[in-house]
Amino acid sequence: VSLPATAPANDRRVRDRAEFGVSAFLVAAGVVILIDAARLSNNRTGVDPLGPKPVPLFVGGFLIVLAIALTIAVLRGSTGEAEAGEDIDLSSRVDIKTVLALVGVFAANIVLIDLLGWVISGALLFYGSAIALGSRHFIRDLVIAALLSLGTFYGFAIGLGIPLPAGILQGIL
Amino acid sequence: MGNLGFLLDGFAAALTPMNLLLALIGVIIGTAVGVLPGIGPAMTVALLLPVTYGLEPTSAMIMLAGIFYGGMYGGSTTSILLNTPGESSSVVTAIEGNLMAKGGRAAQALATAAIGSFVAGLIGTFLLALFAPVVTRFAISLGAPEYFAIMLLAFIAVTAVLGTSRVRGFISLALGLTIGLIGLDGVSGQARLTFGIPQLGDGIDVVVVAVGIFALGEALWVAAHLRRQVADVIPVGRPWMGKQDFKRSWKPWLRGTAWGFPFGAIPAGGAEIPTFLSYITEKRLAKHPEEFGHGAIEGVAGPEAANNASAAGTMVPMLSLGLPTNATAAVLLAALVSYGIQPGPLLLQREGDLVWTLIASLFIGNALLLVLNLPLAPFWAKLLRIPRPYLYAGILFFASMGAYAVNGSSFDLILLLALGLVGFGMRRFGLPVLPLIIGVILGPRVELQGRRALQLSSGEVKGLFGGINQATGRYQLSALAITVYVIIILVLLWPLVFALIRRLLPARAREVVEEISHEAHPDADEPPQLPADSVTGEETPR
Repeated sequence: VSLPATAPANDRRVRDRAEFGVSAFLVAAGVVILIDAARLSNNRTGVDPLGPKPVPLFVGGFLIVLAIALTIAVLRGSTGEAEAGEDIDLSSRVDIKTVLALVGVFAANIVLIDLLGWVISGALLFYGSAIALGSRHFIRDLVIAALLSLGTFYGFAIGLGIPLPAGILQGIL
Repeated sequence: MGNLGFLLDGFAAALTPMNLLLALIGVIIGTAVGVLPGIGPAMTVALLLPVTYGLEPTSAMIMLAGIFYGGMYGGSTTSILLNTPGESSSVVTAIEGNLMAKGGRAAQALATAAIGSFVAGLIGTFLLALFAPVVTRFAISLGAPEYFAIMLLAFIAVTAVLGTSRVRGFISLALGLTIGLIGLDGVSGQARLTFGIPQLGDGIDVVVVAVGIFALGEALWVAAHLRRQVADVIPVGRPWMGKQDFKRSWKPWLRGTAWGFPFGAIPAGGAEIPTFLSYITEKRLAKHPEEFGHGAIEGVAGPEAANNASAAGTMVPMLSLGLPTNATAAVLLAALVSYGIQPGPLLLQREGDLVWTLIASLFIGNALLLVLNLPLAPFWAKLLRIPRPYLYAGILFFASMGAYAVNGSSFDLILLLALGLVGFGMRRFGLPVLPLIIGVILGPRVELQGRRALQLSSGEVKGLFGGINQATGRYQLSALAITVYVIIILVLLWPLVFALIRRLLPARAREVVEEISHEAHPDADEPPQLPADSVTGEETPR
């Protein structure tokens, strides 16, 4: 996904250049699908007269056609209507720092979850996200994070048998 | 009345103390999560899905039914008490509901929403019990060509009818189809778009897609635009309504139900259109139309009933055809699959007990909701004040837990993050998320049915339009498939057709159309999305 530029999302008069990034992304995705489909062997049989190839070829082509259609629509003044919501203030610029911090915290969780276990990685995920989102109650946040991850581990992994890794705390929990 | 017998059996299965407890827990956590700002019914069900993983399918469905209704009601509470609407289905409820709350009538607004939801849910679920077996009987008689056509129609309807821009709708659909392609091809066994990664061989789990797009994508998007000043919550006591309010509400409840159920059952997706139509109807029929725009109770009662009835209507194609028509149904369908249940026309035959228990649970969940929500409303209102960093950190936390739990693999978390970024981008560029989810779920099935239809005709294109008649042994065009294709073409050409009708209409009729499109935007800042607008959408040069 092409991450959006920091242009104000709701200014309708300024043509949104980032929209062309969407077109580029779609073309790239379309090309990848076409290349992947090209290497499929299409052994059509009586059981499967169509084979596995035509549908990906169609989807890849469709993406490229849509990229062109979107480019034309944007050139003619179309703007994507950014999604509104209860906690969303569209008059503010995209806060890219917060988004990147959250992505970083989440990526750390992916790396750590099997090593350290859910209790530690989940607590770090909550703690890191809360701070990235502007919470400044460092101790209270940590307590809530620990309670949440311990509670979900005992409730879900041990109580309901849902697979969550214990990690280095195996045997202690 | 064999169906009544089945339904009673369903009640017998659902009414055990354990299952009642599960339904109760489902309703409570469903409402609690659904009330939280920024969390719609689809995200509620997706986030709470792991809670049901340890249960056997019947109990899981019972709990899910409670979560589903709880999430729906929670969403309406939020839109009445906060001055910004959340999910698209409660946008219309929010218009008059929030005005009522601001005018000191929050208790009555919540009461008419709760009782209206109950009435609509009751009638809607009853109609579901009535229609699901009928539609199933019809569905079993369908062959691959008809299925192929109906699912194509679902694609086109969800993509082209809803939303403001068709191009953007189709982009979303194409992205969904792409995700659906990933994995081993079911017929030939060849790997598609797996890039040699073994974990992708089984494809991407729909639950991971739903959590990624709905939960992670939403959390990241809100984080990018987080309102530093938390929106005002209107304080509320225990909901109640007087005789006068009751008198003004009961007809809108019934009319809203009448709009909602049929629109939910057809694949024109979701509650946006029926809630809006209900609003217009009530405004037309009201004794005091001047109250509209200042908090008219009819404007809450009607749309809210329409919203719930359409949710029940959605269940008809979902249970009898395996066809999801809105985001919540898509997630529920994904849940069924994750319990190892194959959705489709044979569901009611193969898993009859389960389906009837589910329908009975919908009745039970609906009743529990009414009993719980009237006294608990002040508590739900307090949940709206949850500090936003905790709310969105919590969404990331539970999304991560849920996605990991699907396969017990951290690889799914990588997919979740990637899909979350896609969801973020889609919100940023106004791409609707519903067509994507529908594409992921139906894409592989459309391909399968299409290939099956061609197999029956030995690869000739005519296989898509009909099949061999069993009795005569000759090729016969399918009237149903052809009709569906004609509808698809009409929907695709609708902007042209609409323009033509507009030109041919006499002046008086044109005025009415203008008036309706004007009423569609009662609030200039938050225009609800509507049918009239969606067809002319963005393609018109400005």
